[in-house]
Amino acid sequence: MTTAARTPAPARVAVRRGRGARRRERTAWLFLTPSLLTIAVFMLWPMVQSAYLSFMDYNRIQPAQWVGLANYRELLTDPAVGNALRNTLVYAVVVTPVTVGLALALALLLNRAIFARGLVRTAVFLPFIVSLAIVAIAWAFLLDPNIGLLSHWLDGLGIVSTQGWLSDPQLAMPAVMVVGIWKTVGFYMVMYLAGLQSIPTELYEAASLDGAGPWTRFRNVTWPLLSNQTMLISIMAAIATLQAFDQIYVMTHGGPYFRTETLVMLVYRVGFEDLRLGYGSAISWVLLLGVFVLSMLQWGYFRKRAVTY
Amino acid sequence: MADTLLRPAAVDDDAPPPVRHDVRRLDRLWRVLTGVSGLVIAAAMLLPIIWMVLTAFKPESDIVAFPPTLWPRALTLEHFGDIWSQIPFARLYGNTIVFAGAVTVFSLLFDAMAAYALARLDFRGKNLVFVLVLVLLMLPYQVTLIPLYDTLAAVGLAGTLPGMIVPRLTNAFGIFFLRQFFLSLPRDLEEAARIDGASELRIFAQVIVPLAKPALLTLGLFHFQYNWNDLLWPLIMANDLESATLPAGLAMFMGQHVVEYGLLMAGSVLALLPVVVFFLLIQRSFVAGIATTGMK
Repeated sequence: MTTAARTPAPARVAVRRGRGARRRERTAWLFLTPSLLTIAVFMLWPMVQSAYLSFMDYNRIQPAQWVGLANYRELLTDPAVGNALRNTLVYAVVVTPVTVGLALALALLLNRAIFARGLVRTAVFLPFIVSLAIVAIAWAFLLDPNIGLLSHWLDGLGIVSTQGWLSDPQLAMPAVMVVGIWKTVGFYMVMYLAGLQSIPTELYEAASLDGAGPWTRFRNVTWPLLSNQTMLISIMAAIATLQAFDQIYVMTHGGPYFRTETLVMLVYRVGFEDLRLGYGSAISWVLLLGVFVLSMLQWGYFRKRAVTY
Repeated sequence: MADTLLRPAAVDDDAPPPVRHDVRRLDRLWRVLTGVSGLVIAAAMLLPIIWMVLTAFKPESDIVAFPPTLWPRALTLEHFGDIWSQIPFARLYGNTIVFAGAVTVFSLLFDAMAAYALARLDFRGKNLVFVLVLVLLMLPYQVTLIPLYDTLAAVGLAGTLPGMIVPRLTNAFGIFFLRQFFLSLPRDLEEAARIDGASELRIFAQVIVPLAKPALLTLGLFHFQYNWNDLLWPLIMANDLESATLPAGLAMFMGQHVVEYGLLMAGSVLALLPVVVFFLLIQRSFVAGIATTGMK
């Protein structure tokens, strides 16, 4: 692993090799020590332990028992895992495209010189700043069947839920999805805005001169030039949806009838409420697999980002 | 509030080419339409936060009255007074400040040091360390929670602030983000300092860090906001309300009590206030940081 840094500055001052280089090497490791220690003790070691635990039966009270692949075998047929996997995928498949689509629409609107643009941008972005867990309390209250304002308004529109949105097996999932979208859409909108502002205006002028209308300009200039952003945002959003937890914990705790129990919620329940630490670890590796695959995709796109203009 | 959030685009990017009279009326209609829809969107996005703030000032009788109204029928400050005695709110507040503050300060320092080594120093194993950082970026931290709690409990740190802080003293995203930034800095200054015989530590402290102020500020904001708002980690680490942070504490309180919304909303307002005010003060650099995330 002795690769020199690939930064050939043209007029680099020749540095003496030998003692000086060795000293600098020591300096480098000194600089890295605090981070590497933290990473080793609190990230890598727990990873290894988590893998090890996933082959054990362990509940903190009795000593851990080696059970081999039993946890993974159970995981494949456990209805709770199937349910959590299904919920997580449904959440990801709905929330990701809706969030990305809304973020793009908002970015297009807020890139124009509209009235009070700064205020609207701030309003759309603000949910990203606040604590999802805390705002989820306000959302739960808004949806309260008796004294919630949003419930009351929706009743007025004829969208009635007698038992309350968060206790209704049909409506709880859509409710936590809406909160998830509301929370993150502003973040991706800002990324899209940055992309929009990097598109040269000459392209629009040229298109207009050629008689292109707004739709054609969007189809043939904006959308293709934003394809990098769209790809990156989609993968980032998908990774985030796989880890949905905060608003679900606060608003439904995985209920009603486990209808909103996602993977992270299940890991929490199995590992920290039922104290099945080995089994919980095994389930968490399913999550790791999904996130890791998506992240690899993201890096693939990072590597060959190639829309040039 | 002036026009904030990113640079205002100098021109209306996709404005139609100027044509005469008949288009002008359509243009005005379009302007009204977009303006109105913008305000409707803003109102919809702010609804939960407005509801939270207004409810915090409603007396209990108004909160449970039917039909619910957005605007308070009467005003009171009682929830803001009660919150301190009903739950250990001051403790929660202090815990959150210490947790988010300490993590931010240490993580900025350690991330910057590691990033400097990766961006500017040659050593054997450099690529290996960088690959390790990249791999850590891809792994969800939830996987480590179960053994991490056990490890910290074994050394008596479960349910303590140090136990909550220590695993977050460095951050893979922070190292990656600052390394990218350091690579983009010109080398002349530090080469000159090197020739003058300055130590690497001195170059780092007196050349690199001052140049990296905007990046450090942005990353510091990310760290602070993330930890101030985090739920899962403090929830697992806290043994009780006393040792929790604001999000975890309020969520626990909500779970334990038949919902006392007035109290919860007042607590929520107080918990969100610092982050929101902070953001409104420096939103430019925050948003600029996001805009450049993933565009290296």
